[in-house]
Amino acid sequence: MTALDALFIALAVLAAGSGLLAVTSRQVVHAALWLVVTLGTLAGCYLVLGAEVVALVQLLVYVGAIVVLVLFALMLTRAPIGTGDRSDHPISHGLPQRIGAAVVGLGITGLLAAVLLRALSGPGFSTTIDVQRERGGSGRVGEVLFAWWVLPFELLSVLLLAALVGALAVSRGGDDR
Amino acid sequence: MTTVPDWLEVVLRAVAVLAAFLVLPLLVGQAEHKVMAHMQGRMGPMYAGGFHGWAQLVADGVKFAQKEDVAPRAADRAVFRLAPAVALVPYLVALTAIPLAPGVVGADMDAGLLFVLAASAVGVLGTLMAGWASGNKYSLLGGLRTAAQLLSYELPLVLAATSVAMAAGTLNLTGIADAWGPWWLAWQLPAAAVFLVAGVAELQRPPFDMPIADAELVMGPYTEYGGLRFALFLLAEYAGIVVLAGLFTVLFLGGWAGPFAHVVGWLWTLVKVFVVSVVVIWIRVAWPRLREDQLQALAWKVLVPVALGQLVLTGVVVVAS
Repeated sequence: MTALDALFIALAVLAAGSGLLAVTSRQVVHAALWLVVTLGTLAGCYLVLGAEVVALVQLLVYVGAIVVLVLFALMLTRAPIGTGDRSDHPISHGLPQRIGAAVVGLGITGLLAAVLLRALSGPGFSTTIDVQRERGGSGRVGEVLFAWWVLPFELLSVLLLAALVGALAVSRGGDDR
Repeated sequence: MTTVPDWLEVVLRAVAVLAAFLVLPLLVGQAEHKVMAHMQGRMGPMYAGGFHGWAQLVADGVKFAQKEDVAPRAADRAVFRLAPAVALVPYLVALTAIPLAPGVVGADMDAGLLFVLAASAVGVLGTLMAGWASGNKYSLLGGLRTAAQLLSYELPLVLAATSVAMAAGTLNLTGIADAWGPWWLAWQLPAAAVFLVAGVAELQRPPFDMPIADAELVMGPYTEYGGLRFALFLLAEYAGIVVLAGLFTVLFLGGWAGPFAHVVGWLWTLVKVFVVSVVVIWIRVAWPRLREDQLQALAWKVLVPVALGQLVLTGVVVVAS
């Protein structure tokens, strides 16, 4: 086991542990903060695997923007501040929520497993990843993204634009335009 | 030149970055006290240490260190105590990637620009944690304003930096500064203006200090902080100025470009960083605080369109040349 392997395993354990804490925490802001740790250590995993740009974008977009957005949204709700009064506004965790969460979680796990198993067992791939190979640099990622994957990339842009327009339409309301 | 072992080089570079991190923010802090005092036509403390009261900074530090470490009863203790560190450390990390001269950098990485932007984006969380964990409504309102402001200004900041990266054709900060030429001062001027304004807004300094508006919110997210933890937040603000000025220097002012650049390039970078820092301080003294709606309007109706226009211009020039 090399130092990189050890580092990867340590980061992966941290990511999984903090992820577990994020979903089991009874206080919703603590959950969001544990999510920061999960996303940060996941970025560390990408870095160890040699995907520098992906790791940095993960930090910039997810920790810098998405979690800030989550915390912003939480501040607008009646989530208790400080230690607060936890009995007053507990996180909803009834049976329907649990079943729903389990179904979504299992579905995504299955999807990821199917994709990963096929990708790693296909020809030209192996279960070990050569992290020394230059593949995660900004130039390489840019070429692949804007030459080979440009159509899905643009489709995603259209999807985001549609969501933006939709959000505007919802917030403007129906009649008072 | 004799070669040094890898581990020694890493240690030396880390120590150098740490030294810069400990010295530069204090210099900027002292400069702010003095520059503000003179711009406002007053003296400020002039006696400690003799020359212009330079030792007042040391006295302030000792005072902060002596104070009792208080956490309010209503506060979420763990998060409350962690928040200043979360605010400060990302700037130390960001500083490692800012070059003073070719090779004179903590870590020269392929995507250095992305690294600095990503690292300083994490620092925001410290303020949000402080706002939420204090168990105080003023802190919470301050945190709310912080989040809204940072979400708005992150976009023009990144877009303006993108324009320079496009013009240089690289995300490497050394490469960007090497590709820089004097005509960039005119060509990239809109991006530079957007970057400076958005950067000051990200630091929540006046005139963008709606989150800590002292007349309305006491001290915003920092209301409940005192002693060393409050000093760490102050230090984070000054470190933020250093990182912003360093990034601005490398992106828009050519870093070490200047006469005898191959000998005293690092000195040029430091001089430019200091000048930009003084401009940031000057902005604080010159303008009154923006109202919350003006703040959002400035980001979305002025800075984002200007940054997008600059991106189009840069794209056209890069493709045409």
